[in-house]
Amino acid sequence: MQIIDQSKTYDVVIVGSGAGGGMATKVLSESGLNVAVVEAGPYFDPADPAQQTQFKWPYESPRRGASTQRAFGDFDALYGGWEIEGEPYTQVGDTKFDWFRARMMGGRTNHWGRISLRFGPEDFKSKNKDGLGENWPISYEDIKPYYDKVDKLIGIFGTKEGLHNEPDGFFLPPPKPRLHELYYKMGAEKTGVKVIPSRMSIVTKRINQERGVCYYCNQCSRSCQIYADFSSSSCLVIPAHKNTGRVDLYMNAMVREVTTDDEGRATGVLYVNKEDRQEYRIKAKVVVLAASACSSARILLNSKSPQHPNGLGNSSDTVGRYLHDSTGADRMGFVPKLMNRKIYNEDGVGGLHLYSPWWLDNKKLDFPRGYHIEVWGGLGMPSYGFGFNHNYLNEYLGLPVGGYGPKIREEVRQYYGAVVGMSGRGESIALRDNYCEIDPNVVDEFGIPVLRFHYKWSDHERKQAKHMHDTFEQIIENMGGVVLGQKPGADQNYGLHTPGRIIHEVGTTRMGDDPKTSVVNRFEQMHEVDNVFIVDGGPFVSQADKNPTWTILALAWRTSDYIVEALKKQNI
Amino acid sequence: MDRRQSIQSLLMGSAMVGALALESCVGGDKEALAQKVWDHQYGRTPKEMEHDSRLLAEVFFNEHEQKTIHRLAHLIMPANEHGDIDQAGTLEFIEFMVKEYPGFQSPLRGGLMGLDHRCRKEYGTPFISLTEDQQHEVLTSIAYPDPEAQVQRQEVSFFATLRNLVVTSYYTSAVGIAELGYQGNQPNVWDGVPQEVLEEHGLSYPEAWMPHFLDVTKRNTQAEWDDEGNLIT
Repeated sequence: MQIIDQSKTYDVVIVGSGAGGGMATKVLSESGLNVAVVEAGPYFDPADPAQQTQFKWPYESPRRGASTQRAFGDFDALYGGWEIEGEPYTQVGDTKFDWFRARMMGGRTNHWGRISLRFGPEDFKSKNKDGLGENWPISYEDIKPYYDKVDKLIGIFGTKEGLHNEPDGFFLPPPKPRLHELYYKMGAEKTGVKVIPSRMSIVTKRINQERGVCYYCNQCSRSCQIYADFSSSSCLVIPAHKNTGRVDLYMNAMVREVTTDDEGRATGVLYVNKEDRQEYRIKAKVVVLAASACSSARILLNSKSPQHPNGLGNSSDTVGRYLHDSTGADRMGFVPKLMNRKIYNEDGVGGLHLYSPWWLDNKKLDFPRGYHIEVWGGLGMPSYGFGFNHNYLNEYLGLPVGGYGPKIREEVRQYYGAVVGMSGRGESIALRDNYCEIDPNVVDEFGIPVLRFHYKWSDHERKQAKHMHDTFEQIIENMGGVVLGQKPGADQNYGLHTPGRIIHEVGTTRMGDDPKTSVVNRFEQMHEVDNVFIVDGGPFVSQADKNPTWTILALAWRTSDYIVEALKKQNI
Repeated sequence: MDRRQSIQSLLMGSAMVGALALESCVGGDKEALAQKVWDHQYGRTPKEMEHDSRLLAEVFFNEHEQKTIHRLAHLIMPANEHGDIDQAGTLEFIEFMVKEYPGFQSPLRGGLMGLDHRCRKEYGTPFISLTEDQQHEVLTSIAYPDPEAQVQRQEVSFFATLRNLVVTSYYTSAVGIAELGYQGNQPNVWDGVPQEVLEEHGLSYPEAWMPHFLDVTKRNTQAEWDDEGNLIT
């Protein structure tokens, strides 16, 4: 079989169409460059009835929305998950990393919680505080103008709070809290935990004519058909494709490697078309990798040549290293005062209306870095699992658990909306020994060598998770609630989720000034290959306790501006 | 295209992804299957649709098992003025789930046989032939987990699994959702918790935040900010 060359040569080829790839597609195409976008999954538009899941009822699914096919339930918009048929990954020894991948235009932005937090000034220089990990070479001031631009372009609601490390932005007005969120606020504040309106990329007030205004169905995870939430496909790739005429989309195209010339500079990418299973080559002056932190690392490590024997731009042996995900732990409480609630439409936006940013000083704690708290509950739409062990809460009221018959209806009704949950999402320390590498013995169904992971939590993260549970218990009690379940002990890592489960993995191609210890420079340009840029979570030096999307978007915009300038000046 | 036409085109193999699976379905009543496939037309990938169509075409429970599940489901959720397990599609759902999640198969099939075995031993007949009083006698003995036990008896676990599937099927159906009173899943404007509910719970919105919350009457006015990020529209 021969490699088939696409006839056109592009200014830029972008691998991946999630947050980073979508932003690069928009900025680069609008500045007049010809762009190829290569995506491993199909075209996706939530406005297309054939792909829509918004406003469907549970009974329209034969499994009533169960998560047996899609990881987050049958109506979640995401194609992909922790396991993808034909695309395995492996682990070193008994270490464990669960790798969540999307295979669709827009990537994981079709599923995510839309929690959009800027990093604060301290988040870029955390090493100064505790000596752990590494500082970013850039500071908040470098990225602030781009955060501002992202706010205005994409839309985010929130409130100006004047908190030093939770910088304010250009916010749309937030929705009022729901009932259980007011209970949470009461319980949290009594515990000494700050509570403010959440900050999410959902359009609560009109920002332009292309995007709709939120109609409060709570279904952002199904991807919004009127584009009132941020998905990279809906808000960046589709408009750039339609409006500029300079974007070619290569869908169901799995990139194998970056191709290089005799000088070791990139010439384009080689991909497998999943439909005809042939190999193709796309030529471009610049390659932008945005395939997700681990996928981009995999492409680089698989791009070996005489000039780059250890993988593209990897003489530092840093590609794949410093992989880190957010910490996470969750807990539920039963609030008897929320029993027998009056029923009204409480859908609201998809996710929380209030949250708690990190509120403590680590000097008084036995772990570094912080976490934020997300809250959930309310009168949600029933889905598979609703009514399971329908009266297990009877135990807390001194009543027998179990039974059947007419009483089920009364019990289901009285407990509907009476359980409130909390999730802590925090910062882990990036370690050189947490990494992904190429498994020499395994390929995927396209013949591409797969990743092997080596990831272990340290005591920093375990102690943080323990602190989360202690805090959740106090908050629940201060809400007038009863804590459900046993507090997870040391044998269960204090309830700390397996790495990869929070789906915030970053760090595999980290940014730095020293080519010996980093992969890209301040503009996400590879130290060793000046026409390759990485605009996903890979360049993150540390991930803060903030969800990474807003920072990926801001950095991708900044990098794209740099690429446009460099091409103008013929520097690359 | 209306429902009838759509089902027709499915049968002709000329429309939608579901037709693909119908083509490969050997035997069976194609029209009944087309009906089932039509009931589940919602944002599926071709691969998912093929999987679902294949499962919808297969049959797991035999007639006796179906009758027993039907009777048990009725006892678990007896009909009331809002609806019953037939309207909720309970049997179809359980039939689908055991194929979707094979982990349910042995516990449910074996649980049904265990139940019949016990009924034959104690009453001389399988469960469905018992009198209603006898059925209640049997169920009362397996419907309550022992709070002291580390592991529940098999028949208690069996009943709990079946009850979970029956209750969830009811409350995820149109009649169950209507009975529960859930009012969402439609375009709407959220403007906070109703005042009388706030009062009932002795809660209120924080004064300091009030000016910042969304004014729903201005939601269609284009957002503009001053240089400091203050919203001015």
